[in-house]
Amino acid sequence: MADYTPNEMMTVAAARALRNEDVCFVGIGMPSAAANLARLTHAPDIVLIYESGTLGTKPTVLPLSIGDGELCETALTTVPVPEMFRYWLQGGRITVGFLGGAQIDKFANLNTTVVGAYDKPKVRLPGGGGAPEIATSCGEIFIIMAQSKRAFVPKLDFVTSLGHGEDGQTRARLGVKTKGPTRLMTDLAVFQPEPGSNEMIVASIHPGVTREQVSEATGWPVRFAANVTETLAPTAKELETLRDLHARTRRAHGEAA
Amino acid sequence: MSRVLSLAEAVEQHVRDGDTVAMEGFTHLIPHAAAHEVIRQGRKRLTLVRMTPDLIYDQMIGMGCAEKAVFSWGGNPGVGSLHRFRDAVENGWPHPLAIEEHSHAAMANAYDAGAAGLPCAVLRGYVGADLPKVNSNIRSIVCPFTGEKLAAVPAIRPDVGIVHAQKADRAGNVMLEGIVGVQKEVVLASKRSIVTVEEIVDEFGQRSPNAVILPAWTIGCVVKVPGGAYPSYAFGYYKRDNAFYKAWDAIAKDRDGFRAWMKANVLDQGPEVFAAHARKMLQAAE
Repeated sequence: MADYTPNEMMTVAAARALRNEDVCFVGIGMPSAAANLARLTHAPDIVLIYESGTLGTKPTVLPLSIGDGELCETALTTVPVPEMFRYWLQGGRITVGFLGGAQIDKFANLNTTVVGAYDKPKVRLPGGGGAPEIATSCGEIFIIMAQSKRAFVPKLDFVTSLGHGEDGQTRARLGVKTKGPTRLMTDLAVFQPEPGSNEMIVASIHPGVTREQVSEATGWPVRFAANVTETLAPTAKELETLRDLHARTRRAHGEAA
Repeated sequence: MSRVLSLAEAVEQHVRDGDTVAMEGFTHLIPHAAAHEVIRQGRKRLTLVRMTPDLIYDQMIGMGCAEKAVFSWGGNPGVGSLHRFRDAVENGWPHPLAIEEHSHAAMANAYDAGAAGLPCAVLRGYVGADLPKVNSNIRSIVCPFTGEKLAAVPAIRPDVGIVHAQKADRAGNVMLEGIVGVQKEVVLASKRSIVTVEEIVDEFGQRSPNAVILPAWTIGCVVKVPGGAYPSYAFGYYKRDNAFYKAWDAIAKDRDGFRAWMKANVLDQGPEVFAAHARKMLQAAE
């Protein structure tokens, strides 16, 4: 079995969730690595969209920001930002939105705004950016986040973007027709919403990880699906492609020094 | 008709203490040189509007130019926090900073409404999110045709809009390409505007009939500042200096280090340094 890091396992698991026919709204960082890994492996025709307005972009290195030149130069076309949010996102043309966050709760609501009180924050985080509307306008939402008790919390300090709401039923109550978070990929496991309750429960555990480790790293009493499986370890091709992508990216960003 | 001015003249004539100023450029064409001039001229009590405050507002906030920020994502993209912005919000240094926080979709729509002369923007936004609880400028409106409840935010109508673009021609028309962001909207939404450009050409020459052009009569003034978007980038001219964005994290981390950097690189310099910065990042070097 190939040697790999928990982070690589997380990225690979996230990439696999994407389908060749998806139109994906990509966030910067880990979502971007996963989306491009999918494009370079099993989903060559996937359409990647970044909120800077680039439609159908095929970057050869991962962008540091949401609007690196690389994204625009390799895109099918680049549209103005108001058009991006109105025609493409709000217009319902995106099948998957890929998000990360600083805090998540068991209904996959996300906080990227503040830790502590909004008016007197302990930590002021960057804020929502595109996430509040990505969360409700995309057909479904995939989330990628490394697990820890600080990040996987019983109650969010601030709801930046809606998951399944405070009781798992909020989307229906508010008339939101999209699915919301359907998968959460972590460095330990893959979560999916339990049918009915919409609580995120563990669907598969990564190789070598125990249930105790997953529980330890979750700030709520985590539940496991009846038929929990073991996540398929990264294949040699997946690892090689991901490492090449990161190496190219490091070279490109280093060159600029 | 737009006038060609020096950067110092443009800022002197267009930016006043207490103004609402929007400097836009969505990761691309960020008007850094113009911001440095505003800092050098010591403008105060500004309301700074920008979707992604970024390094440009981190510098202005840290130098005490701002009393309020209107924004939708306040980080150093791909790197982490804006330390000066956080220090102002969390500790009131160098003085307290009021914030009005939106989502990207709302701000993009609000610029568009400003350009369109509408009082507000309407979007299907903020559903189930907490921002409307802390920002009284996020309200709702009911569609008179379907009864759907939609979010409404006020149009953005800055006193001054400042953007960077690739080219102006002799007549003062401006052309930009690449990630065009909300550049056009912010100029059309603003009462006054400054457009800094990489170069001024006799005429634009061959171009798509749909090229993004701001006609001279929509622009306050044009200023030639080669490299004026550095460390962001100008498509077709130079690349983003990602290494500098990473280095900024350490520079901005503590107050003294930040001030020393600003003195050496902004207060004691002029706009001409940008051409040299950009030369480092020439796309030809690829």
